[in-house]
Amino acid sequence: MATSSVSKGCFVFKPDFKKRKISVPIEDYFNKGKNESEDSKLRFETYQLIWQQMKSETERLQEELNKNLFDSLIEFLQKSHSGFQKNSRDWGCQIKLREIPTAALVLGVNVTDHDLTFRSLTEVLQNNVTPYVVSLQAKDCPDMKHFLQKLASQLMDCNVDVQSKEKESVQVTQKKIHYSMDSLSTWYMSVTQKTDVKMPRKKRTPPSQWQSPPVVLILKDMESFTTKVLQDFIIISSQHLHEFPLILIFGIATSPVVVHRMLPHAVSSLLCIELFQSLSCKEHLTTVLDKLLLTTQFPFKLSEKVLQVLTNIFLYHDFSIQNFIKGLQLSLLEHFYSQPLSVLCCNLPEAKRRINFLSDNQCENIRRLPSFRRYVEKQASEKQVALLTNERFLKEETQSLLENLHVYHTNYFLVLRCLHQFTSSLPKYPLGRQIRELYCTCLEKNIRDSEEYASALQLLRMLAKDELMAMLQKCFKVFKSSSEKQLGNTAKRIEEFLAQFQSLDAEAKEEEEDTSESQSKGLQKTDLYHLQKSLLEMKELRRASKRQTKFEVLREQLVSFIDSLAREYLLLPETQPLHEVLYFSAAHTLRQHLNAAPRIALHTALNNPYYYLKNEALRSEEGCIPNVAPDICIAYKLHLECSRLINLVDWSELSNIPLYICATSSLSIHPMMDT
Amino acid sequence: MPHLENTVLCRESQVSTLQSLFGERHHFSFPSIFIYGHTASGKTYVTQTLLKTLELPHVFVNCVECFTLRLLLEQILNKLNHLSSSEGEYSTQITCETFNDFVRLFKQITKAESLKDQTVYIVLDKAEYLRDMEAYLLPGFLRLQELTDRNVTVIFLSEIVWEKFRPNTGCFEPFVLYFPDYSIGNLQKILSHDHPPEYSADFYAAYINILLGVFYTVCRDLKELRHLAVLNFPKYCEPVVKGEASERDTRKLWRNIEPHLKKAMQTVYLREISSSQWEKLQKDDTDPGQLKGLSAYTHVELPYYSKFILIAAYLASYNPARTDKRFFLKHHGKIKKTNFLKKHEKITSLVTLQLLTLVGHDDQLDGPKYKCTVSLDFIRAIARTVNFDIIKYLYDFL
Repeated sequence: MATSSVSKGCFVFKPDFKKRKISVPIEDYFNKGKNESEDSKLRFETYQLIWQQMKSETERLQEELNKNLFDSLIEFLQKSHSGFQKNSRDWGCQIKLREIPTAALVLGVNVTDHDLTFRSLTEVLQNNVTPYVVSLQAKDCPDMKHFLQKLASQLMDCNVDVQSKEKESVQVTQKKIHYSMDSLSTWYMSVTQKTDVKMPRKKRTPPSQWQSPPVVLILKDMESFTTKVLQDFIIISSQHLHEFPLILIFGIATSPVVVHRMLPHAVSSLLCIELFQSLSCKEHLTTVLDKLLLTTQFPFKLSEKVLQVLTNIFLYHDFSIQNFIKGLQLSLLEHFYSQPLSVLCCNLPEAKRRINFLSDNQCENIRRLPSFRRYVEKQASEKQVALLTNERFLKEETQSLLENLHVYHTNYFLVLRCLHQFTSSLPKYPLGRQIRELYCTCLEKNIRDSEEYASALQLLRMLAKDELMAMLQKCFKVFKSSSEKQLGNTAKRIEEFLAQFQSLDAEAKEEEEDTSESQSKGLQKTDLYHLQKSLLEMKELRRASKRQTKFEVLREQLVSFIDSLAREYLLLPETQPLHEVLYFSAAHTLRQHLNAAPRIALHTALNNPYYYLKNEALRSEEGCIPNVAPDICIAYKLHLECSRLINLVDWSELSNIPLYICATSSLSIHPMMDT
Repeated sequence: MPHLENTVLCRESQVSTLQSLFGERHHFSFPSIFIYGHTASGKTYVTQTLLKTLELPHVFVNCVECFTLRLLLEQILNKLNHLSSSEGEYSTQITCETFNDFVRLFKQITKAESLKDQTVYIVLDKAEYLRDMEAYLLPGFLRLQELTDRNVTVIFLSEIVWEKFRPNTGCFEPFVLYFPDYSIGNLQKILSHDHPPEYSADFYAAYINILLGVFYTVCRDLKELRHLAVLNFPKYCEPVVKGEASERDTRKLWRNIEPHLKKAMQTVYLREISSSQWEKLQKDDTDPGQLKGLSAYTHVELPYYSKFILIAAYLASYNPARTDKRFFLKHHGKIKKTNFLKKHEKITSLVTLQLLTLVGHDDQLDGPKYKCTVSLDFIRAIARTVNFDIIKYLYDFL
């Protein structure tokens, strides 16, 4: 783009979107510079399809999880506002303090996720309560003036998209006005009255149920607001409450105590605060995992290491669901990018169809898979030869193997859930409280080899009947809810167990009567020695009989049944042929991408510009900076030498700046370093 | 003025002082009057009712709302303009950016027929906010009569004593008037005054008596007391409504309400639970103990490494640096072992959560200093979740 200017300067060009479109189509990046036979285009499309499905699923989940919270919030808003309008003539309400209805919304420390929550909250409120929903961030409101300005401009925007943009010219001039609460309430009066006059207007919202819809103000990060601004605003708006029906929503990341810490009693007494808590982010993670990975709905799976990396980042670093999902997306992308056979990572019928069209190259890829090689080695020699030479035979075999893999997963998750039902409420949680912990253990090693599993079974052997029954019930529900027929037999077995436990009740009563009888017989008049002896005998008898009670036998049967399920179905994925098609296991790459260390990267870039710029002129020995290096590198180098005082002569010599410029422009180091 | 006596209670001496200061309508009054007293001691109310009942031309401005000079001056002028112009006639908005303009425009407006030959009052509520504005503003208002050469009186209302206002230069001493706190007798009288129409005054007065007995020791704020009185009154009436007691059965009524009020003191009064929640509880007759207050939720869930960083920050903030050796060599501090990735990012996020704060100047590029701001109870709760015995590492507990 050409510019004509007399003076030298920087010119900002807005990106031209039309030009961008001509650039390389994204799927071409999937080629890796190799030949195109590896279905890169198809892989990319599959990736996009699966990701779209996963994304919409997570969004649906999010909505579902937020629903409770939002519903109670809406109820609170409607109640407080309608009460506000109705009672204005009541005796009490005339005398009582006018409190601003306030919802303290505790969202947890994963601040990065809040934006999404607030966005959907705004939408929900606009659809259900009022068109006037404004959200402010602390960084936009360093003082009262900016606070009100932001509030006003957003409020008027709310109005503009409801009305037609007839007043656009007015909008521009309004920017200049210094807003006060007074002007805001006059604006509000004028707007609400106007809507009364011109009622028959199409609105996207039904809030006309009230003459004056409330104004909802969301403070996204309550902790970061300066206390003075917040206090002043509350004081001011409480005085205008009768003409400007404000409702506040505080977004709180830590704990609601912060309200009292920031606001003195004189101010907090102007608020009518109710608390709302969102779901803990750990539970959120569990649901996301449950719906995205522990299901056959999506063919894509993570290996133990990768899952570990992702959950560790979540639990140890940021608690952010958004980041977790991004990580998941990255693994998905990486899988489809790096594994040529990932073209088969789709639903079963489609995968079968695709197998038929596999190229010779791809067939060779299959043969090279370690899991497939292991499988081949186990086959009879004729079949081995056929598998390695005959393409058609290979394809058929692959189809059946893939089908097996899908069946394996169906069973796997059912049994996993079943086992989770039994272990999730044991004391001290040997196999974890959440299903994801159990899943991780199962992926890591054969679960039956682990100590935790042994101790869990041991604990199961000590449970009382009603606890076992409850677990069985839940288990039965798990099987019932799945439509798969594979494990129909198991469901029947569980039902049988349930019935047997129930029938125990009746029998147990009879037995009790028996024992009590024998006891009364046993305690006849005897001397001390005999008494002791008979008591000992009784004790022994009881122990022996205990070993034999039907309940214990049944319990033992149940435990071994569970054990057999685990043995049969909870096999390691690595043992399955072709698992590489569905499992992403490059944990190392993922870690490299996700655990980025920006400080180190910055240091490298500044210290050794050649590393990123690849300009031969910049190639230099360790520890010395060529004077052709970017100024910022030179400044950084000098800063490293002595952080507080930088020798301007050195600097000017290194970067070829004539000294007088430094002298005249009162050069300060800070703006340089900020860039 | 019998009407005034009925609406303004227990402030007879202040009212008469003010009245004598105001004098006749056309008299010049004192150029500036400074009224101070605690929260809810009737400053605003008395001034406003007095000016209204005497029908004096006045402008009432709250300084909290006018956070810039321009807003303040414009609001005064616009309100004045509204006063001077006859009703129905909308005048244009006046813009005014400096005090000089203000004086000029003020002169212009007060020329109007309706404002001529009588004292115009400008009341500045929450005047302590003036101190944060331009330095010349307060002296300017103090001398407004002199500057404008008009019959004008500026009344300042504040909770802070005059000594903390006094500017260095150009000060003109105002007439200082103190509003003392209401005595318990005063409060009783004022609160009893607004009894609901359905019940007799005596009945309500008895209720107020009980209420004050419970709350007077902790709260003397009239507004808050009034709020509490209204909130809890339905509970007091309950036996009467149900027919279990008569209005005169004070003992029974007292037994019914007293524990209830005590509970209110711990919850509603502290804004631990909101008044609407309290009313709902009252209506459903459930135990308020079930509803947890705001302070009950002190637990904060933090990522694992953030917890350690916070603990380390707490130790660093409260232990003298020279004791580091003693703590960490001997016990092989667990903290040192954990490997911090993304450390800096996390510190920033802890700062946004207000768990850490930046101390020192931000011009130090490499080595910003932070201080941990959480309480001991908080850090103990955090340390417990990661099995770290923080008490062992704290110098103060040796």
